[in-house]
Amino acid sequence: MDWGSEFFQRDRTIHPPALTPEYKTSVLRSPRQPLLSLQNSLSEVTGPVFGHNELGSLDNDLILNYAKDGEPIGERIIVHGRVKDGTGRPVPDTLIEFWQANAGGRYRHKNDRYIAPIDPNFGGCGRTISNENGEYWFRTIKPGPYPFRNFVNSWRPAHIHFSVFGTGFAQRLITQMYFEGDPLLAKDVMFTMIPDDAAARRLIASIDFDATVPLDTLAYRFDIVLRGRRSTRFENKLQGN
Amino acid sequence: MVQSLDYLGETPSQTAGPYVHIGLIPKQAGFDIFERDFGNVLIGPKTGGTRIKIEGHVFDGAAAPLKDALIEIWQANAAGRYNHPADRQEKVLDTEFRGWGRAGSDFETGLYSFETVKPGSVIGRRGHRPMAPHINFWIVARGINIGLNTRMYFSDEAAANGADPVLNLVEPDVRRQTLIAQRQQRGTEVVYRFDIYLQGDRETVFFDV
Repeated sequence: MDWGSEFFQRDRTIHPPALTPEYKTSVLRSPRQPLLSLQNSLSEVTGPVFGHNELGSLDNDLILNYAKDGEPIGERIIVHGRVKDGTGRPVPDTLIEFWQANAGGRYRHKNDRYIAPIDPNFGGCGRTISNENGEYWFRTIKPGPYPFRNFVNSWRPAHIHFSVFGTGFAQRLITQMYFEGDPLLAKDVMFTMIPDDAAARRLIASIDFDATVPLDTLAYRFDIVLRGRRSTRFENKLQGN
Repeated sequence: MVQSLDYLGETPSQTAGPYVHIGLIPKQAGFDIFERDFGNVLIGPKTGGTRIKIEGHVFDGAAAPLKDALIEIWQANAAGRYNHPADRQEKVLDTEFRGWGRAGSDFETGLYSFETVKPGSVIGRRGHRPMAPHINFWIVARGINIGLNTRMYFSDEAAANGADPVLNLVEPDVRRQTLIAQRQQRGTEVVYRFDIYLQGDRETVFFDV
């Protein structure tokens, strides 16, 4: 693998545009000038490298990593999948971070004022690093839906936030994972602002019955695709060296 | 019918939301969970180079500072080499410097800051001149649907900036100023002020990388 080759141009038609008036906060926070297209240099194809030894042993177990006097309330689930790039190759050794509300839809955050209670045994964040095959997994509690101030009656479907690095800083991505069969998805501005239906569906994790732990924990599968990179066979090399 | 291409579509971006701190900088959200946190100090006692501080605000279209933004930076070391296997420049690799950090803007003031070293110049694309010292920025927040990429250059590198192959792409050229952080001496501390404007007359140049 040549970690120095350029990424394919990002297909912005599958991402939400910057300005989405139905999501009101985007109106004052979206650039109005066109983005300046930049061919990749070393600054874009490189990115931070994280070691497996930098994480704690419970970092990928949200059921236990903030447990104080018992385990958190809610549906026990495993979330697992593979990080790949646009050519289908696995992305190994990449940092994946995730955060979420508790089973009642409340975040452990200074600024969250929702009436649902904090769970004393649930922090709501974790992280892991993909293995040599790009695979990752973690254990958590299924988050609950919650209201947010957009329209008077706006609700977020249950979701888990994901942050992924890849091998170059131009692959950096933050997204949200949703759950198969959630009736709130069809009304959710975050989900419906994605202009491409097939792309939007890639954010819905499937229940993965074969990965469940019988009598213990349900499982969902969520694969993540980062931008692909060129093969260098017939191309100009990126660098002079 | 022709054969179908088997490329995979990228996972679409979604906003980091108002509670991004929980996942990425939980101490700012108000709790302590990990043995080791990632933060805004990129340097250790043995890191080589000139120590600098970077600080600024991210302003919205109403000129109000964002108080819930998350900013990440990625940069070369003082010699101009990235700590990454794809960087094969013949320059010293500083094992005490990853070159990456993240900061949340302050909930009260909106100020963000980093402690790092000033990067060296990095080779440009083949056939192009070297790039002036710069730091790559990535900004996410509630209301930002896909992370914004930009670069910070240094006000005391006028000659290198003038020859930089990326800055020279920016038209009209007055907009290049939006990418240049202003150097201030504060006692013994060197501070670069880098304000980011999401909209308006001073809108920062953002890149599609």
